[in-house]
Order: sequence, then structure tokens, then C-alpha cells
Amino acid sequence: MTAILAILCVLLIGIVVVQIGKVTELAAKIRGEEEVEEGTNRRQSGYLMVFMVAFLIFTVVSALYYRNYMLGYGPHESASEHGGSLDSLFNTTLFFTGIVFIITQIALFYFAWKYRAEKGRASLYMPHDNKLEVIWTIIPAVVMTFLVVGGLDAWNEVMADIPEDAQAVLIPTTEDKSEFLEIEATGYQFAWDIRYPGADGLLGTKNFRMITGTNPLGQDWSDEKNHDDFMTNEIVLPKNRWVRVRITAKDVLHNFYLPHFRVKMDAIPGLPTYFVFKPTKTTEEYREQLSTVAEYQVPDPNDPEKMLWETFGYELACAELCGKGHFSMRRAVRIVEEAEYAAWARGQSPLYDSVRGTDDDPFQEENAATMEAEDVIEAPIDSLTLPIDSLTAPIDSIGMAEPTDTTGSTE
Amino acid sequence: MATLISAPQVQEDKLIEELGYDDHFHDHHHGDKYQSNFVSTYIFSMDHKMIARQFLITGMFWAIIGGLMSLIFRLQLGFPDESMAWLKPILGQWITINDEGVGQLSQEFYYALVTMHGTIIVFFVLTAGLSGTFSNLLIPLQIGARDMASPFLNMLSYWFFFLAGVVMFASLFLNTGPFSGGWTAYPPLSALPQASLGSGAGMTLWVTSLVFFVVSVLLGGINYITTVLNLRTKGMSMWRLPLTIWAFFVTAVLGLLSFPVLASGFFLMMCDRGLGTSFFLSEIFIGGQALDHVGGSPILYQHLFWFLGHPEVYIIILPAMGIVSEVLSVHARKPIFGYKAMVYSILAIGFLSFIVWAHHMFMSGVNPFISNFFVVFTLIIAVPSAVKVFNWIATLYGGNIRFNAASLFGIGFVSMFISGGLTGIFLGNSAIDIQMHDTYFVVAHFHIVMGVAAFFGMYAGVYHWFPKMFGRFMNETLGKIHFWVTMIGAYAIFWPMHYLGMAGVPRRYYRFDLFDTFRHFTEINKFITIAAVIVFAAQLLMVINFFYSIWKGKKMTTRNPYGATTLEWTTPIDTGHGNWPGKIPAVQRWAYDYGKDGKEFIPQIVPMAEGEKDGGDH
Repeated sequence: MTAILAILCVLLIGIVVVQIGKVTELAAKIRGEEEVEEGTNRRQSGYLMVFMVAFLIFTVVSALYYRNYMLGYGPHESASEHGGSLDSLFNTTLFFTGIVFIITQIALFYFAWKYRAEKGRASLYMPHDNKLEVIWTIIPAVVMTFLVVGGLDAWNEVMADIPEDAQAVLIPTTEDKSEFLEIEATGYQFAWDIRYPGADGLLGTKNFRMITGTNPLGQDWSDEKNHDDFMTNEIVLPKNRWVRVRITAKDVLHNFYLPHFRVKMDAIPGLPTYFVFKPTKTTEEYREQLSTVAEYQVPDPNDPEKMLWETFGYELACAELCGKGHFSMRRAVRIVEEAEYAAWARGQSPLYDSVRGTDDDPFQEENAATMEAEDVIEAPIDSLTLPIDSLTAPIDSIGMAEPTDTTGSTE
Repeated sequence: MATLISAPQVQEDKLIEELGYDDHFHDHHHGDKYQSNFVSTYIFSMDHKMIARQFLITGMFWAIIGGLMSLIFRLQLGFPDESMAWLKPILGQWITINDEGVGQLSQEFYYALVTMHGTIIVFFVLTAGLSGTFSNLLIPLQIGARDMASPFLNMLSYWFFFLAGVVMFASLFLNTGPFSGGWTAYPPLSALPQASLGSGAGMTLWVTSLVFFVVSVLLGGINYITTVLNLRTKGMSMWRLPLTIWAFFVTAVLGLLSFPVLASGFFLMMCDRGLGTSFFLSEIFIGGQALDHVGGSPILYQHLFWFLGHPEVYIIILPAMGIVSEVLSVHARKPIFGYKAMVYSILAIGFLSFIVWAHHMFMSGVNPFISNFFVVFTLIIAVPSAVKVFNWIATLYGGNIRFNAASLFGIGFVSMFISGGLTGIFLGNSAIDIQMHDTYFVVAHFHIVMGVAAFFGMYAGVYHWFPKMFGRFMNETLGKIHFWVTMIGAYAIFWPMHYLGMAGVPRRYYRFDLFDTFRHFTEINKFITIAAVIVFAAQLLMVINFFYSIWKGKKMTTRNPYGATTLEWTTPIDTGHGNWPGKIPAVQRWAYDYGKDGKEFIPQIVPMAEGEKDGGDH
């Protein structure tokens, strides 16, 4: 019934509008078309001017209104070392394009208004003006050159890999690139697995055919580098240390996106990618930044006891369409001081602990012997369970079944 | 508008008779065998004007479907917690009603809507509906040809498009839903039925439909190119072509060179899906098992796709640019400023469009070194684009501008092209793209520059050439209401999206509240959705106006109502098959003699006075 009413309403509105159109046409006939046309030109060109002024004011005012939410502005200074250079490149571009935007929009609407048709006025015959055209070809070319050079300079620096002689360690102690932490993020429908290298600083090899319910990444246990690797529910990184994220995917494309750090890179099955960056602000420091603006001095709707700035946390998101749960691939990211990070990292237990001595362990016999000798099996079981279901994402139940077979262990 | 009396018309006819070219067309076409009955006139027509109308009306149908889809997903984004139970009668299983009676749009179908919206608008509306319509209508009329070089291929071109549409339409009703992996259809998501419901039968129909579409574009394109090169009338040198024709010509060349690459990508995709090959797939663990595919690269598909995909955006925007150049010049009563510069910039844009494709892939995992080249070429495109904008503005300068729906949309086009083009300078710079890639900033950019702008160009063309198509005018008042609502509304929709993007909000999210970072914009999202509903309503107004005017619009009383110089306005009001009743007119001058030597306009068929210099020669 409501549907029929709605359709009727639309039809009626349509008829009314058509009638308005007809009436104006008839009125034009009565009053003489030429006179009407001149009036129309005057009115329409006037509207264009009004529109131009309103539009330019709207763009500037609305930008200012939302500035404290935009990354790179207000309290959202970049939380990574390279982010600042990208933000300033954005602003340089904004400066030049802003000038062009304002000048061309004003010229367009102003000329439209100024040169509206009037009876008895002839238009100017001006088919071309080579000098003018050369000038306005060269100016954008020069500005573009400037922007390209600045852009490529920043790009190549940001995308450069870690130098080959750099040392991969779990707990880097220097601010330069001589030491770095390499972690691995693996995207799958619809979450991220985060792997840390363990005490040796090196990530072990993995093989997608070895993936099982208890070995979600397919770590090859015959590679001893794997034995200390641990997996976590959140990304915890030390402030002012270089981090290289190895980015991979299990099933479809994903994208490792850390908005506050200006980090983004596709995760591709079969083709590992990387992103190198250095966090420069702890979560606490970022919260303090936020606490200075009114936008974040309001209660958090999810936790009304606290202010928005107090509950702030960095986040990892997916930025490449990967299926129906794409919007839910969240992981919390925490940046802490080095000491806190070191304590946290040392407290994690490797996944291998759950494999040690079982049938899946290529070193079963040796390990069984050592274990008997030492008589210690104290792997904290909690940390071994996988972070698969820890998200509150409302993915409905048609999701992919978690791998349950345990066949593809080792040769 | 009836400023012209019949005296000049008689004079024109005399000119055509005296100077025109006699191809004995009417000696061979007794009784017009092409249009002998209803079927051959209206359905399997080989007349370019009828095919143009078919493309336009089919495009309008798809525009409504594509627009409605965007409204549904905008409702989801603007009002994620409101019940959509009222849509259940239409969407059926895709709305699930929970215990509290709140109807929710299924996530799978949300992504299907997003995907279909993109596919339909990009291919069916802005490629077929825009370039198909106006290339067909204007190429023969403006170059002085009886019809296309091959009317039969032309007819096939439309019917392959129609077939593509039928297949795509059918996919909307699949039990597993239409394809839902984004209009770019990146594998592995699109290649593996396990990855998404829509990647099963939905993807099979999607890819089949688009292969038919590629055939349609190629048949049309080869025809447009041949016609422009071979069937120009006497005196119509390339440098005397109106800019519309230059734009359609280069568009057709782009389509001919790039669409086959898309088709090859689709064939490889079909092999991966059906024959167990591994062109795009490697090391995949999905649905609880490791697949056998190894050695392929998903990035290879992206290269093949964007090798079409980037020229495609120029396939969309060049015809709009051509139309706007013509419309602005006619209604400003001034020659288009810098005709040759306009042609060279069309050519430059066309050429450059082939060597910038990887700027869609800066963050795709391609070697960062390679990106350097693509940054350089991409930002070079800003130069010819800037030249075009300056030239349009200079065309208005010193004019005597008539404001009607056509010229208003032309001016709106330039405004949109500036706004959307400038943000391209951010995105084309790979360093800035690190942050902006796949955020709402990109959504804002391409919707303004190739969505809204191309629609504006199309509307300018429809309002301007409607009399040529149907012998009647569209209602001007409704046209102006349509313009103003669309102009203000389109900026209201897409401008705030820049801010979302600058705040880091990714595109293609079903809802934003799972992330603290992205959930601050509920008001903006509501605002955008409301604006989208209003703008859509204004488009329906245009559709009403269109069909109403076909039968009831103000009749055309003179054959050159705008005082335009180009050849299409020398044909009779009711243009029959063969376009000119007698000889084909011969062309004596360029297409833009407005306001020259104190005359308001000089049609192309008027011979040069002694000592007169052709305006195009510079």
C-alpha cells in the first residue's frame, strides 16, 4: 500500500513539474521569446555568480570545519618518520592546485556572467592567441616538474628497502637502519595474522601447503628459524625503531593499511611485498596530541566514561576489496617505548611450543629426549590459540570454514 | 530562438545545390530500402541516427538501474542502523530481518551493488550511452556523410551491446547474486568461487557480458574511424573537423587499441576459472585447502586490466570534452579558443593515456622503481588537460553567451573537470598516493572528473542535439531545474568525500563503525546520502522531460535553431535516410566562424570571401 502511494506521489510530482514547464513555455510565447531569453540570460548568469561565491565559501569553510579529523592536520601529525614528508607534499600540491582551483573557477563563472548575451552586442572574434597559449602551457609544465621532482624524491626514499648489511633483530636498540625489526602480516578472509621473528630476529620459512588449523601460516618446522617465531593479536612496536613489515596474503588480495603511519601496501598471495617505516609517536603521545582539540574532548560513544582521546588507539585496516568482510579486518596497533616493548616481546611464547615433541615436529625424537631431561613444558596455552576469532566483526556465518585438516605437516 | 527566417535557408540550399557533391545516392536508394517496415526502422535499423537513439535510450535505462543501485548502498552507508525491511519486496533474500524486525542489507549484496554500479555506469552508460550515442549521431552528420561506412556493423555494434546488457541484467537475478568483487574484478577474489558468492555464476555472466561489450565497442570503433577517415565530404579536411569529431575519432582509436587487451585479460581469467591454468593465481590457501595453482601473478591481471582501464577513462571523458567544446562555442557565439591546441591536446591525452596505466597500481606491489615513469607520464597529462580548461574559459571570454540547459551543463562540465582534475595531481604523485590510494579521496576524484563531468557533457549534448534527434526541443525550464539540482547536488555528494579520504577512510566499506579512526563521519555520510537521493530525483525529471518532449515538446520550426555553423544543421528538420535530400554539401571553411567580420555566424558551406583567411589556419 505504501509502495503504491509512493509511486502515486512520484507520478503526481512528475505531472506537476511537467505542467510548470508547460506554463513557462506558454508564458514565454505570450511575452515574446526574445525578451524572455534576455531575462533568462540575466537570471541564469546571476545564479552562476551566486553559486560560485557560495561554492568557494563552502569548500573553504567545510575544510576548516573538519580539519581536526584529517590526517596530517591539527592533532593528526604523522606518527611515522616518512609520513611528515608525504603530508608536506600533500600540502604543497594543495597550495598550487588551490590557487589554480580558485582562479579558474572564478574566471569560468565570472566570464559566464560578464559575457551573458545582450541584444545588440556582438561577440569578440578571437580564435586563438599563440602567446597566451604558450604561457599557459609552460606554467603548468613548470609546476608539474616541481611536483614530480618533489614527489619522486619522497617516493624513492619511502619505498627503499632496508640496506642489506642491516641486522634483523627482535629488539632493535638503535634509531638508524643498522638494526631493524622485521614482522610479518598475513591477510586472509577476514583478518590478519601477525608474526614476530622471535629472539633470532629472523622469520622462518613458510609454505602454503603446510597450512593447518594449528599452523595457520604454514610454518615449516624443519626450519629452525621458525622455532622462536610468535604470533600476536595486536601489533606492538617500539618507538623510534625501524620496522620492516613483510606483507603476504593467504587467499585473495588484501592491503596492509596503517592510516596514522601513512603506510599502505597490497598483500598478495604468492608474492610477498614489504613496507619499511619508523613509528615516532607512542600511542600515549598521540593521545596527548588529540587531547588538545575539542573534537576529541567528548565522551566515547562506546565507552562513555572516557573521552575520545583517551580511548584512541592506532589501527590496522584492509584497503583492498577482499570479499564481504573487507570492512572488518581490524587489528589494534600499539606503539610503546623500547623497554616496554622488550618486556612484551620477551613474554610471548612461540607457536612451536605447541608442536614440540608431537607428530608434526620434525625434531620429535631429539625434542622428546630434551624434554624428558629438562622436564619442563610450560608453554602458556592461551598464547598458542590463534587470533582468528578475536574480532568482534559481524561477519555472517557463510564465512570460510577454518582449516581443520592436519594432513600437510611435514615430509 | 527563431531568429532565423527561411531566407538564409533557401540560400543554403542553393549553396548545397551549386557547390555540393553529387554522389547519386538517391538514384540508388529508391523507397529507402533501409527503413521499409517497423522492424527495419526501429529495431534492426541500420540508420546511424536511429542507432544513436537506441544507444541513448538503452544508456538511460542502465543509468537509472546503476543510479538506483547507488541509492541502495548509499542508504546503507548513510543510515547503517535503519531498517531496510521495506526493500525486501524488491531485494528478497538480500535483506535479512533480524529478531527485532530490523532489515539488514546483506554484505555480499552490498558489494554486488557497488560492483554493478561501477560496471554499469562505466561501460554501459558512459561508454556505450555517451560515445555510442553521439559518435553515431554526429559523425556522419557533421562530416557530411550519408551514413556510417558500414551500417551493418553499426547495427551489430548496438545489438552486441544489447546482448551484453541482457547477460548482465540476467546476472542480477542469480541465486548467488551478481558479481561482487569490484568493477576492476581483481583476481584471486574474482577467479575463485570459494572467495565470494558473486565470484561463481555471477562472475561467469559478468565476464561473458563484458566480452560481448568489447565486441560492440570494436565494431563501433572501427566504423567510426573508417567513417571519419574516408567519408568526409568535399572540402572537409581534418583541420576543418568540429572538435566533437576529433574527440570521437581519438576515442574510437583508444577503444580499438585498448579493449582487446581487456578481452585477453578476460580470456586468461576464464582459463584460470574453468581450465585450471594459473595465469593469475599462485600459492592460495582458501576454504580449508591449498589450491594447486602456482606460478601465476595477480598483478599481471591488473596490468592487462588497467591497460584498458586507464584509456577507458579518456574514452569516457573525451567525447564529453568534444561535445562541450562545440556546445560552448555555439552558445557563446565565439569560435572555440585555440582550435589547434585543442586538437593537439586531445591527441596528447590520447597518446599519454596508454603509458600511465600503472598509476592505478602504485600500492599493488609492483616494483617501486617502475612507478617513477608512471608518475612522470601521469603528471604530464595535467598539461594538455590544463590547456583545454584554459581554452574553454577563454572561449567564454568576450562571448555573447546564451544560457540554456545545454550551455549551463557545458559550463558545469568545465567546473567539474577543474575540481576533479586537480585532485588527480595528488593521486598521480605516487608518494601522496601511498596515503590516498583506495580511500574516499579517490572516490571523490574519479566521480567528479569522469562520472559527473562525463554526465554533464552527455546532458549538454542531449539538450543541444535533441532537436536534431527528435525534431522538437526539450523543455527549457525543466532542463534548468535539472541542471541546478544536479550541479549543487553533485558537489554536495562528492566534495565532502575528499574530507573522508583525507581522514583516511577507505572506500568499499560496508560500514565504518568497526574502526575508531573511520567512524567520526556519520553526519557527512547522512548528508551525502540525502543529496544523492535528491540528485537522482532530478535525473528522473530529465528522463520525464526527455520522453515527454519526444512527443509533446516544442516543435522545431527552423532547421538551424541555434545559428550553428556545422553541417548537421543544414539537413532537413525531419532528417531522412541519407541525411541530405539532394547533394551532399561541400565544406568551405572551418567549423567555428562565429562573430567573424561582423557576421553572427558563417556556416561551413559558405565559400570564403576573396582574401579571407580560414580561422583554422594558424
